[in-house]
Amino acid sequence: MLQMLRQTLGVLILLAVITGLAYPLVITGIAQVAFPHQANGSLVVRGGKTIGSELIGQPFTAAGYFWSRPSATTPMPYNAANSGGSNLGPLNPDLQKQVADRVAALRAADPNAPAAVPVDLVTASASGLDPDISPAAALVQAPRIAKARGLDEGQVRQLIDHHTQGRQLGVLGEPRVNVLALNLALDDLAPPRPPESRPHD
Amino acid sequence: MGLEIVQIVIFLAAVLLAAKPLGSYMARVYEGRPCGLDRVGGPLERLIYRIGGINPTSEMSWQRYAISALAFGLAGFVLLYGLMRLQGLLPGNPEHMTAVAPDLAFNTATSFITNTNWQAYGGETTMSHLTQMAGLAVQNFLSAAAGLAVMAALVRGFARKTCATIGNFWVDVTRTTLYILMPLSIILALVLVSQGVAQTLGAFPRTALVEPTKDANGVAVDQQTIAVGPMASQEAIKELGTNGGGFFNANSAHPLENPTPLSNFLEMLAILLLPAAACHMFGKMVGDRRQGWALLAAMLVMYVGLFTLCWLSERGGTPQLAGAGADIRPSALQAGGNMEGKEVRFGIVSSALFATAATGTSCGAVNSMHDSYTPLGGLAPMWLMQLGEVVFGGVGSGLYGMLIFAIVTVFIAGLMVGRTPEYLGKKIEIFEMKMASLVVLVPVLVALIGTAIAVVTAAGRAGAANPGPHGFSEILYAYSSTANNNGSAFAGINANTVFYNVSTGLAMLMGRFLFKIPVLAIAGALAAKKSIPVSPGTLTTHGPLFVSLLVAVVLIVGALSFVPALALGPIVEHLMMIGR
Repeated sequence: MLQMLRQTLGVLILLAVITGLAYPLVITGIAQVAFPHQANGSLVVRGGKTIGSELIGQPFTAAGYFWSRPSATTPMPYNAANSGGSNLGPLNPDLQKQVADRVAALRAADPNAPAAVPVDLVTASASGLDPDISPAAALVQAPRIAKARGLDEGQVRQLIDHHTQGRQLGVLGEPRVNVLALNLALDDLAPPRPPESRPHD
Repeated sequence: MGLEIVQIVIFLAAVLLAAKPLGSYMARVYEGRPCGLDRVGGPLERLIYRIGGINPTSEMSWQRYAISALAFGLAGFVLLYGLMRLQGLLPGNPEHMTAVAPDLAFNTATSFITNTNWQAYGGETTMSHLTQMAGLAVQNFLSAAAGLAVMAALVRGFARKTCATIGNFWVDVTRTTLYILMPLSIILALVLVSQGVAQTLGAFPRTALVEPTKDANGVAVDQQTIAVGPMASQEAIKELGTNGGGFFNANSAHPLENPTPLSNFLEMLAILLLPAAACHMFGKMVGDRRQGWALLAAMLVMYVGLFTLCWLSERGGTPQLAGAGADIRPSALQAGGNMEGKEVRFGIVSSALFATAATGTSCGAVNSMHDSYTPLGGLAPMWLMQLGEVVFGGVGSGLYGMLIFAIVTVFIAGLMVGRTPEYLGKKIEIFEMKMASLVVLVPVLVALIGTAIAVVTAAGRAGAANPGPHGFSEILYAYSSTANNNGSAFAGINANTVFYNVSTGLAMLMGRFLFKIPVLAIAGALAAKKSIPVSPGTLTTHGPLFVSLLVAVVLIVGALSFVPALALGPIVEHLMMIGR
């Protein structure tokens, strides 16, 4: 009995120290030296101010910004301290209503929007923090952005094209556009108009 | 569709290519032979034996092995439970998390020592950095090591002849951790950091939002608090040990746990790596590699079938989404399909690959929300768990589960032709069959009885978040997941209640230990047997005939047990969806 206790505690405590303290601390040390940007959350700094993370989406609702995907996090969208999806089942009437409402909001902001909107732009992501939209979801917003910013639609499309990331290594994942990077580039290209002129804020 | 198929083929090829070298390496570790890392690990290994008073050359009977495994689980439970209850008083808590409630701490500690990693909590809102590192991540290693140890013991049972012992539990756990799990974790963790998985002990950064927003109460919000922590180190072992307990509530869907398609590919590979390699290890240790490849082939057939069901169902989307005005057609510019609860960088195919890899194994990680899957897309991961976690299965538990099904298969084949069944030269007799039946039936009974109790009690029904058959599916998924030690969820279910914390906690304990003990009993019984020579009447257990029989037995047992329940959940929901 005593021998069993010594064996159990000896193995448990030593392995706990190795796997629970030594291992994460060594990895943290190496990561902080070799990949300091990534290890600290891939933060975006502009003009000395931290304005988010490259990997974490942000909510955008102004007509002059590309909108991100809907986010189901609480109590506010894109809450990066409380990730999660809607977990609505495929036949849940709430889901159908939410999708229909989002389609309607997009049409309200741009009456010329096509009848069917790219699905990722009207469905909540799994994490609630998806930083990306599909190229289709970006392109469908181009006319609205061009109008709100006083830009030529071609310029906006060019910007989307420039910010579209292809499949990684040519095959993995899906093509995508990082919304924060795209909107920051948009601000550089044509500074946003003052807030009172935004029709949808 | 072409590029999607290319991704699938590359993924499966990578799993199969890695299985052989890694399996050979694992065989060396469990046979006590030099493995190449002895110079680094040797001193640590010897230190552990010295402090624990362990004689590494002394072996154990199956009973002693089982008691050691139970003691190790119990001690791990006490340590983890204590850490969670006391985290508010301990260092390593920059976000000032308070003590975890007793029922949740019981559930979580049970969940991690059983390699289930069911998460009734949201990581970033509940656990301190210390709890994540020194509590949860430790059990990610040790519960996986304990599973692999039991597997090694069962394989020795087949490999040995008239032998009273099946190995030394402490040696197996120590060597697994130091020589298998640790080196792979270090490599994977660093690659994941390079992709953007955070690894810091600092507090959560507060950053300014480009466009301020409002919360649910209309209060202006101009900041984003970005949860970070020692994530990459935990993410690596979470996948390699088929644990699945995420740092974040959103698990591997969270962009800081799984930032790129490449990180996603490596995480999926890590999930299937050890379970696939274990098959080759088995073949090597019993002296006939074809035996291992036969088991792997059976796993692969079932995986590809259920993955395809999941993938095509999700790719097709739902008439409801299309009806609400969404364009669900896949094209070069969008993944299309059912994107509710999925991330754009993964789209449909990488989500379905991950979902089926993590439920076929006992990993239970998610990179998309299974609760929002189409009815048949969600049936695939649910049934993969209900098959007993043998489609690759958990680290260790997958192979030992599959070997039990192999025993049942030779028994049934023996009945058909009227011969005493034998497998790898061992006669399968009444004791082995009793134990094997127990192993097959326990998770089925726990899952179905758990579901039945939940649906007839108000506290159980209160957990369902979606109306109609989908709510039933959530409950069935929860007990299938916990009874089979998977840990994934139809996450809408409100599982952080006393009812669910206690009942799923008990399901996890029964699913783990009532499974492990009979497996060790079989290991002991087999080791003690003589080996009988192959005769013309011996059923060949490495050819296509045996693989087909094995697949049939797994699927028939899974179907007979669960089709009635599935009919009330995903199947009726599918009919409702298409009948609209």
